[in-house]
Amino acid sequence: MADLRAKQPKGVKLDHISKIYKDPKTGKDFYAVHDVDLSIEPGTFVTLLGPSGCGKTTTLRMIAGFESPDEGEIYLGGEPINSLTPNKRDTAMVFQSYALFPHYNVFDNVAYGLRLRKVPKAEIQQRVTDILALVELSGMEQRMTNQLSGGQQQRVALARALVVEPGVLLFDEPLSNLDAKLRVQMRTEIRRIQQALGITAIYVTHDQSEAMAISDNIILMKKGVIAQMGSPTEIYYRPNSEFVADFIGECNFLKGSIASAGAGQAAVRIAGVDVPVATEKSVRVGEAGEIVLRPEAIVIGDTGLLPCRVELSCFMGSYQNYHVRVGDTLVKITDNCPINKKVFKVGDSAYISFDKNCAHLL
Amino acid sequence: MARGQSASLDRKKLMADPIMMTTIVVLIAFLTLFILYPLAILLVDSLYGEGGVTLDIFQRIFQMRTFRTAITNTLKVGFVVGILSTLIGLLFAYVEVYVKMRKAVGGLFKVVSMLPVVSPPFVLSLSMIMLFGKAGLITRFVLGIYDNNIYGYWGIVIVQTLTFFPVCYMMLKGLLKNIDPSMEEASRDMGASRWKVFTTVTLPLLLPGLGNAFLVTFIESIADFANPMIIGGSYDTLATTIYLQITGAMDKQGAAAMAVVLLCITLAMFAVQKYYLERKTAATLTGKASRARMLIEDKSVTIPLTVLCSLAAIFVIMMYICVPIGALFPTWGYKFTPLTFKWFEQVFTKYRGLQAFRDSFVLSLIASPITALLSMIISYLVVKRKFRGKGFIEAVSILAMAVPGTVLGVGYIRGYANGLFHTGVLSGLYGTGLILIIVFVVRSLPTGTRSGISALRQIDKSIEESAYDMGADSLKVFTSVTLPLIKDSFLSGLVTAFVRSITAISAIILLVTPSYLLITVQINEFAEKGAYSIACAFATILILITYGSVVLMNIVIKHFGTSRIIKEVE
Ligand SMILES: Nc1ncnc2c1ncn2[C@@H]1O[C@H](COP(=O)(O)OP(=O)(O)OP(=O)(O)O)[C@@H](O)[C@H]1O
Ligand SMILES: [Mg+2]
Repeated sequence: MADLRAKQPKGVKLDHISKIYKDPKTGKDFYAVHDVDLSIEPGTFVTLLGPSGCGKTTTLRMIAGFESPDEGEIYLGGEPINSLTPNKRDTAMVFQSYALFPHYNVFDNVAYGLRLRKVPKAEIQQRVTDILALVELSGMEQRMTNQLSGGQQQRVALARALVVEPGVLLFDEPLSNLDAKLRVQMRTEIRRIQQALGITAIYVTHDQSEAMAISDNIILMKKGVIAQMGSPTEIYYRPNSEFVADFIGECNFLKGSIASAGAGQAAVRIAGVDVPVATEKSVRVGEAGEIVLRPEAIVIGDTGLLPCRVELSCFMGSYQNYHVRVGDTLVKITDNCPINKKVFKVGDSAYISFDKNCAHLL
Repeated sequence: MARGQSASLDRKKLMADPIMMTTIVVLIAFLTLFILYPLAILLVDSLYGEGGVTLDIFQRIFQMRTFRTAITNTLKVGFVVGILSTLIGLLFAYVEVYVKMRKAVGGLFKVVSMLPVVSPPFVLSLSMIMLFGKAGLITRFVLGIYDNNIYGYWGIVIVQTLTFFPVCYMMLKGLLKNIDPSMEEASRDMGASRWKVFTTVTLPLLLPGLGNAFLVTFIESIADFANPMIIGGSYDTLATTIYLQITGAMDKQGAAAMAVVLLCITLAMFAVQKYYLERKTAATLTGKASRARMLIEDKSVTIPLTVLCSLAAIFVIMMYICVPIGALFPTWGYKFTPLTFKWFEQVFTKYRGLQAFRDSFVLSLIASPITALLSMIISYLVVKRKFRGKGFIEAVSILAMAVPGTVLGVGYIRGYANGLFHTGVLSGLYGTGLILIIVFVVRSLPTGTRSGISALRQIDKSIEESAYDMGADSLKVFTSVTLPLIKDSFLSGLVTAFVRSITAISAIILLVTPSYLLITVQINEFAEKGAYSIACAFATILILITYGSVVLMNIVIKHFGTSRIIKEVE
């Protein structure tokens, strides 16, 4: 098999990009994307994540060239590309609806971009065959696109984008039309292929678990602005706001005030107890403090840090789901492998505890 | 907020795409020159007298009794035809969608909806005269009435109603099919009778649609030239008055002012239809029907309705058949046997039929691919692309829908006979075949654009975007993706344009010069002279041509169409 590794993955830089739209109802202008400033290293997989309407698609389409930014400049591989039309940009996009050409068969769909580039016939044959093997569609060359399952159509769309060896590969919610199981399978597949080819990829989704599973970096957006950027672990364990913490998985917030502050560490007084947390932030004693706790990071037992009362106890198979009340705050706990542990019942008194490294001070 | 940058970037991107840029410029020039300018010149002409801007000319025409009568006549006919056509159309649509009927009746309906499409506009006037006129087959020989006067108000009303109701029928059928049956079932379930369901649920939902159908017919009736010409007798409508003002009174300025009045009426109707009713229609009837409707099988309902519609349908079909048969009788109204081909022979031997058919055929054949391509390009730009001037292109091509042929014809006379703005520039165009072709194109462009837009709306935008993203330029996207996907619609646009062109008369009759013989103009001439047999012979051949091209199109679509490729594999 020929070497399919990307000839030259390119980096992408968005330099203070904004996009203004007119609200069709009120006729007022608003920022769909506001001052987005980021840069993406060549060969990395970056996800734009956020709730519906936060400007992910708009950002992606500005990179592809379908929309023009109102402020800022976009760079692809170091070159400014603002005034280039989509067909002149070294990008290839995989659409949510796949956007396969219904009048072409699988082979012709994949070969489309190569033919535009006037690649010799024999080479087209070779490259299309190779890329179809990569997405595990060998032997389906002659099928029409509506003779394929959703997952297969998705692979054709992927192959069609990959075969032109774009500097950056763009995905707009490519898996949202697939069922849950296939979604998980395809995302692993996409990640595998991206890593095998070493290509730069920008991926839009509103599914946080998808984002976590495939990305090197996640850019979490909210109402057109970047809420947080970082690796999945960073975003998960070190969210910089309630919004981010809440968007990425289930989350508990415990409010209190700073009781003591030291190097790399602080204590927050919650319900009369000083709770130690690891933090790099400089905080002052007496300030309000809020800690973020993931449900699976909490241990429930007869002894521990904070007293609580059990309000819900529910067997879920792989874990026991608890809702407990700490002071006035409801705390959700997932306790894995309940078969080996004591199971608390509704109305029981108990204690919760957690490692100070698992708690994150906002 | 600074919105400047995206606008200037969009402009830059457009400049970087010379094909797209050229297309837009050419389109805008074409629409301006051949739609906007002729209408503008009418206004200028009728407002600009000896001493600058004046209302003298309008004053003069409004003082003519003939003109004032023509206005009331036109509105009266339009109103009645609009109502009758809508009602009959509704009846047909209701029966088709709600009533269980035999296959044969369905076939009849299909023929009825198809006939007006393939036949020249004045065929029904001819057969009306031959069946119900003074020497009419039915009036004289069946009923024994010898002095029936079919010319005039009622003649026009009947003929136009029969010509236009199939359009209402098709429109209303589409709407009725989109009404979710569960709404009606709910009402029925709560104890409403069938009539009550119709009046309390179906009718209110349909009301904007009915208004829409009424206005569309109203506009068609007002703009109709051929039927009032042939069967109107001394009952003149605006379209015929304008024609006579030019050809008879040689008063071009007066005609221009009259054309402005006619245009204002149709534009006002059109504005209401387009911006008020069409929107309302869409709002009340969203989405497709969820489940098949339970058809009415109750015999006390089905039998009367089916019989009524079948009789009406048979009557209409008989009217159409009357034309070819009429051409076979030795002398209509006096001598019926033996059947003869002498009229057909005379068409070619005595009346230069061959030249007429060749001219009409060739001009239409040249015009139709231009029309089809232009309308597809316009639809593509309107639906899929974003650029300055798009609003203009869309507005003007839709506006052309509301312009009566007669108005356009007068506009071309005033606008091109002495060159642009009477300066002599481009005056070589006038009287050539080229201007006839342009008129054909302009007359069929709106229909083509409308169907092109609805075809393109069904194609996911991202299919084209992905081609664009992959490196295809605008031309390549259009030829390799868009056009193949709307091949069927393109083909039928091609044939529609051809049929519309070869059967056109209203604008063309004002512009044709002796060097071109056009069939429709010939038919009109013979019908006016009372030479019905020869007119029928011409019309029969014309119908054969148009029908033949529609059949040909269906065969081509069946064997090579996209829907086949895509459907076949399902
Ligand atoms: N052409 C447009 N005109 C006006 N507003 C628009 C236009 N396109 C998008 N918007 C608005 O811009 C905002 C961002 O839209 P965008 O499509 O980028 O959201 P998204 O993050 O992709 O959401 P989703 O997850 O639902 O796809 C939304 O508020 C949307 O309504
Ligand atoms: Mg989106």
